[in-house]
Amino acid sequence: MIGGVLKSVDKPVLIAAGFIVVVLAIGSTINTSFISPTYLLQQLQVASFLGIISSGMMLVILLGQIDLSLPWTVTTGAMMATAVAQFGPWGVALAIPVGLLCGLVVGIVNGLGYAYLRVPSMIFTLGMNALLLGLMVLYSGGFAPLTRATPLMQFLAVHKSFGIPNALFVWSAVTLALAVMLRTTPFGRYVYAIGNRESAAYLSGVRTRQVIVGCFAINGVTSALGGVMLAGYSTNAYQGMGDAYLLPAIAAIVLGGTSILGGKGQYIGTVVGVLLIVLLQSMLSVMQMPEAGRQIIYGVVIVVMLLVYGRGAKVHS
Amino acid sequence: MTRRDVRLLLARNRGPLLALGVFAVMFGVFLHEHPRQISVNLLTTASNKAVVLALVAMAQTLPVLTRGLDLSVGSIMTMSACASSVLVNGSPSHVAFGIVLVLFGGLAAGTINGAIVVFGRIQPIIATLATGAVYFGIALLLRPSPGGDVSEGLSNALTYAVFGVPSTFLLLIAVLLLVWLPFRHSVLGRGCYAAGSAEGAAYMSGVRVGRSKMAAYMLAGLLSATAGLLLSLVALSGEASAPQSGAYTLNSIASVVIGGTSLFGGSGGMAGSVIGAFVLRTIGDLLFVFDAPPLWQPLFEGIILLGAVSLGAARVLRIKNRLELFT
Repeated sequence: MIGGVLKSVDKPVLIAAGFIVVVLAIGSTINTSFISPTYLLQQLQVASFLGIISSGMMLVILLGQIDLSLPWTVTTGAMMATAVAQFGPWGVALAIPVGLLCGLVVGIVNGLGYAYLRVPSMIFTLGMNALLLGLMVLYSGGFAPLTRATPLMQFLAVHKSFGIPNALFVWSAVTLALAVMLRTTPFGRYVYAIGNRESAAYLSGVRTRQVIVGCFAINGVTSALGGVMLAGYSTNAYQGMGDAYLLPAIAAIVLGGTSILGGKGQYIGTVVGVLLIVLLQSMLSVMQMPEAGRQIIYGVVIVVMLLVYGRGAKVHS
Repeated sequence: MTRRDVRLLLARNRGPLLALGVFAVMFGVFLHEHPRQISVNLLTTASNKAVVLALVAMAQTLPVLTRGLDLSVGSIMTMSACASSVLVNGSPSHVAFGIVLVLFGGLAAGTINGAIVVFGRIQPIIATLATGAVYFGIALLLRPSPGGDVSEGLSNALTYAVFGVPSTFLLLIAVLLLVWLPFRHSVLGRGCYAAGSAEGAAYMSGVRVGRSKMAAYMLAGLLSATAGLLLSLVALSGEASAPQSGAYTLNSIASVVIGGTSLFGGSGGMAGSVIGAFVLRTIGDLLFVFDAPPLWQPLFEGIILLGAVSLGAARVLRIKNRLELFT
């Protein structure tokens, strides 16, 4: 049974999981409370935010594309949700849907820009990020908005049910939905097909442009969901709250064995990659390493891990 | 040169020429609308602001030509600026030694990037993302809090004008003529283009692909360090600012694309990226002379950036077979 599960998982995912054990072992020698259930649950809660944000990005990376508008999509989702929350009971009820809707719109525009205008996604989403930044600066007047997160947002992000953080349930739900979609639905197959060779997928009858827009749209929604959760966690939305998530999200996805060129990668790998990144960051902060040393070790560890299992093939012809 | 040659030359440089046209219009409007008279000071300020980004964009061009990407250019620039705020001061010999050390640091950083990409065979985008964190960490180590001291003599010499031409602009022209032109026509430089268009075919034809890629990343590191040195001379101090480093990296990619270099590698050049950087920098100046409300400025900048990069969509109208879309 266990052997069968292990066989169905890609080798990079297993190695990344092995690295998690190494990080936990090193962490526990520095401070024994590093592997206490309370601390680990807290880490899982922190990981939920990165996990949710990385989930949609993984679809985009599987297509062989990238979304650099992620930081301000996160912030836009958070700011719009808390803004709507100020308008009476209806506003409170609609806060999360409106936040997610904003993310959906951003994602669809990104998808249209790449799929139909064929502007390279890296550069189109870069422009989109600047546009969102402009819109949010205009909306907030350049200050942190005085709006507050709704009780539901705080419930999802901070509170616990049955001793387990609710954020973890949200992450699990997103994970389950996307993992099942990628594995069992035609849409999921199309994502891999397009990532491998879009022209072949197109000639096989896949409506590649719709699939691409769909992936970017899902990414917009999960980014905004991450923003809504983060706003709930810190009770308000603020400028640049998404900035710290773009590079860790990409790193987590790649460390989880997904090819940055697209077409290859398992969803479970992204979950493992997110846990690895979060535990690595928390181990470095438990070591009371100054910021400079943390950055250096963080970068070196990523390079070393990729040298172990993320190397590309030699180009011979 | 026959008429056909001219037409070919124009067709081959369509991207940079388009960017040049956009820049000429923007800068013309800027000068026309500017409340003060055009003076050397005005041009010098404009040039100083644009040249740092232009140098980072030139650095970014090389990896992009090989179908790679360097997400660490901003961090190398920040690292060099911080190093320069520690090293480039004191007696002239100290200053000279400091400059050599700073540039050598950039070259070393570029060499590490190149080695990881070429010998480690890790995708450039993710490799440089990781090394970028390392270089930023070194910047923080060198300068935990903003400040430092940079030679004012050197700063005065490099950030003013010579015979009415801003000296930073002259430096840029010198780099283009003395570094880029020879490199482009060298075996290594041609190898970069070949590796970017079809790495397998280049390898089979005996191009030393690894060596060319290595050179591209090394030169990118060196140019980023030059940008950092200049940044510290303009600011007269150093600061390890993550937002600044990130903004320069992203703007360098935008400049490269606006300047007509393909993100898919194999076509384009540094001259275009310089123009792209000037276009990006002029957007802010234009909004200033038109008295755009400060809160609207980021939005206008965003709209113009998104519009500029969407110009590439014109390709969709020219294609005859839908399959060409997918390349």
